[in-house]
Amino acid sequence: MATLPPSVGRRSRNWIPGAKGVLWIGLLAPVFILGDRIFLFGRLTGGDFVDDPVELIQHWTGNTALILLLVGLASTPLRRLMGWHWTIRFRRLVGLFAFFYGTLHVVSWFVFDHQLALNPIIEDVLERNWILVGMLSWLLLIPLALTSTSGWIRRLGGKKWNRLHQLVYPVAALGVLHFLWQTKLLERDPVLYSATLVLLLGVRWLVRKK
Amino acid sequence: MPRNQHPHPSEVTPESIYMDRRSFIKRASVAGIGGSLIAGGVWARQKNAPRVEGTFDDDLTPWETVTGYNNFYEFGTGKGDPKKNAQDFRTDPWAIEVTGEVSEERVFSFDELVDGLDIEERIYRMRCVEGWSMVVPWNGFMLKDLIERLGPTEDANYVEFTTLMDRRQMPGQNSPVLPWPYVEALRMDEAMHPLTILVTGVYGKKLPPQNGAPIRLIVPWKYGFKGAKSIVKIRFTKRQPRTTWNEAIPREYGFYANVNPEVDHPRWSQATERRLGEFFRRDTLMYNGYEEVASLYDGMDLQRYF
Repeated sequence: MATLPPSVGRRSRNWIPGAKGVLWIGLLAPVFILGDRIFLFGRLTGGDFVDDPVELIQHWTGNTALILLLVGLASTPLRRLMGWHWTIRFRRLVGLFAFFYGTLHVVSWFVFDHQLALNPIIEDVLERNWILVGMLSWLLLIPLALTSTSGWIRRLGGKKWNRLHQLVYPVAALGVLHFLWQTKLLERDPVLYSATLVLLLGVRWLVRKK
Repeated sequence: MPRNQHPHPSEVTPESIYMDRRSFIKRASVAGIGGSLIAGGVWARQKNAPRVEGTFDDDLTPWETVTGYNNFYEFGTGKGDPKKNAQDFRTDPWAIEVTGEVSEERVFSFDELVDGLDIEERIYRMRCVEGWSMVVPWNGFMLKDLIERLGPTEDANYVEFTTLMDRRQMPGQNSPVLPWPYVEALRMDEAMHPLTILVTGVYGKKLPPQNGAPIRLIVPWKYGFKGAKSIVKIRFTKRQPRTTWNEAIPREYGFYANVNPEVDHPRWSQATERRLGEFFRRDTLMYNGYEEVASLYDGMDLQRYF
């Protein structure tokens, strides 16, 4: 009986590594679903016949990136309102996967729409506002991904690091604007994401003011 | 009728073969040989030449995509919504009102309207204003044959097509995304062009509701949205009618809407397009490759009349 593990107290965080493993699987799932739908015609995960694989890749990766950005941004309001401090432990992973999907999104556009031809890419970015804001969103995310390690937090110091990582607000705003701007008419999802973003930022503002 | 001779529906290769071919195209494209696709004319090939084997250009888009990837906002704005929401759509009985500058204004049943008209197969490219395209084997008749039978008056300069308005059957009409009902129109010379057809079938089968059953317009050198679906009214007018997309966003969608790689949509380039199922974009052709219509627009500033 003496070999029983120590009782798990309320404040124990022993479950976090396990949960991180589950989270990894969850965060990778969109890639597997996408691969299945395109290369295995949905044999593993189902889904409708894919008429336009490139459209699916681009929508799927961009959409996933935006959702993960919003999920990452939900951590602070959840901590302040609900006291869910454990959410901070998962935020970096979520943010890095937002960057991962954002990068797949941008690279798929480089490859499929422009076959990596630099001039047309630059032209498109400069001429089309919705592409420009999308590109800015991704570019601003790069320094955040690079400085996400504990080493960089130490090197920059908490205050500086926090300031740098406030870039996530313009990143999310530009990303959502990119989605909003791209549709032919106002559609549900971009409106929903915009509203969510406004809500998440609004809560920060309200709770801080108290 | 040599000019408009087209293969009998039975000569169209079954969809399954195109499906295989398409997955081959996919793999070929991934392997990097897709970039060298040659642009050519479906119409020209249909008219003069046997199918050129060994080129991937202008293969038919599979039935599943033609009937499952649709812009028909009356049934929802998602590409899969029309197929999902249109299955119980009733097309029988169907009445079509002919009105305006015409010798006799009257209501026809669908059967009366198409009775005796020569239904043929036309394989056309379909270029959507959003930047994707398909190749579709339509079954239909020349609009000009119908117009000649209806007998418009001297004052008829335009012909307008109205889609059914029925909120119960068309759930998308409950949302104010567009000013309903959907209206499209052509100048009379465009309507009389032998390429312009009214379509009642696809792939040799009855037109499915998500594609605009029982009768829709196809104008292959224009962006797809000009092709009004589920038509209940044909009106001949003296003045240019108001058309739905043009009315909704005039800056982005013109009355003419001719496919033109030189005139960009304000938010995206129209120089290239993605053929559904392919990975890389191909060049968009002037008038969608139907250059024979160019004379209709002689002297017009196409940047202005887009």
